[in-house]
Amino acid sequence: MKKVYKNAELATADIPDNCTLMFGGFGLCGIPENCITALVKKSISGLTCISNNAGVDDFGIGLMLHQHQVKKMISSYVGENAEFERQLLSGELEVELTPQGTLAEKIRAGGAGIPAFFTATGFGTEVAEDKETRQFGDKQYILENSLTADFAMVKAWKGDTDGNLIFKGTARNFNPMMATAGKITIAEVEELVEPGELDPNHIHTPGIFVQRIFKGVNYEKRIENLTITE
Amino acid sequence: MALDKNGIAKRIAKELKDGYYVNLGIGIPTLIANYVPNDISVTLHSENGLLGMGPFPKKEKVSADMINAGKQTVTTLPGSSLFNSAESFAMIRGGHIDLTVLGAMEVSETGDIANWKIPGKMVKGMGGAMDLVAGTDNIIVAMMHTNKRGESKLLSKCSLPLTGVGCITKIVTNLALLEVTKNGFELIERAPGVNVEEIKTATKGKLHINGNIPEMEIN
Repeated sequence: MKKVYKNAELATADIPDNCTLMFGGFGLCGIPENCITALVKKSISGLTCISNNAGVDDFGIGLMLHQHQVKKMISSYVGENAEFERQLLSGELEVELTPQGTLAEKIRAGGAGIPAFFTATGFGTEVAEDKETRQFGDKQYILENSLTADFAMVKAWKGDTDGNLIFKGTARNFNPMMATAGKITIAEVEELVEPGELDPNHIHTPGIFVQRIFKGVNYEKRIENLTITE
Repeated sequence: MALDKNGIAKRIAKELKDGYYVNLGIGIPTLIANYVPNDISVTLHSENGLLGMGPFPKKEKVSADMINAGKQTVTTLPGSSLFNSAESFAMIRGGHIDLTVLGAMEVSETGDIANWKIPGKMVKGMGGAMDLVAGTDNIIVAMMHTNKRGESKLLSKCSLPLTGVGCITKIVTNLALLEVTKNGFELIERAPGVNVEEIKTATKGKLHINGNIPEMEIN
């Protein structure tokens, strides 16, 4: 089965209106830049986007927001994007703010065939509203459902043509779980190699989870807060 | 006199124990990394997938692929490890973090904490805060005693949406170190030059003062 695509445009060509998408990344670190650029150029809308953050005003998912492509965001923190916070407060955009650990576990569980799980996170807060609770031992937990997506877009450092992926640094974050939870997972990589070039011991995401892969181009890799030691 | 942000960080740093795995929230808590005592070593956990977070890099070593939870560029140290977000929160939720320090807008006399939302004004999201307070036994709040309008942040009941319930046991502010007990807030130490009256005035929740309250010792 051929997994290799020429570029983001071709890999995202069949993504329709109103579907559910996952985007890897923490802040702007490890985001699928090429896929986002391709989606911004498409005239699709009504999207439900699952991503830890919402990018910044002029980069990442923020670009899709300007195009009014996003109907609903499922994220843990949208603070770096003033436009998102504004749309949230004005009611223009539906946002489901989810604790980061719960979001990570929802996605991991979704890809792993676990429909729901109990977590203590959010018990007694508005996150627990309308959710089943149960006591285990002497602690209270809330029931959270898992998440899957029609398409998951992930960014990796290296990948091979079988879809095996290796991530770099903190650009890993949500990418590996999302790779498992997409019905169709599209991986963009900085280096695309032949099978056999990646050591099996070093692979972070086995190719079974990845349906499409392409070598990305022109990564900006924007830094939100450049902090240095003199 | 009172403490400034660095003073609060310095006092909390005295609570660190050798070998601790520690998560420091954004704001005042991050300053604690600058005051780790020389005779102990702690490992800093960054929720976005790094254990063993090092200092900010030199200009030539900056990498966009190595950031912390506050999206600042950082480095690794010998013994560091990298992992995905599900694994990171397994460390948090699974009770593997020895100490978590975070800021707050309000703390209640029963140990509730509100630090993520001001309805209608600030709804950035909770990020990892709810997981941290639900998953860690040892939590210290680092914050100013009063807000910008001079109102107490130590209340009988939080007015803002909660991050966690009954989870805070220790608070360090610019005025004092307090614990949360069955009796409400318990004053343990005064900040240098600050008297008990000042602390009483600035604390709206139930404050228990038992005997003579010592001054913090911060070098």
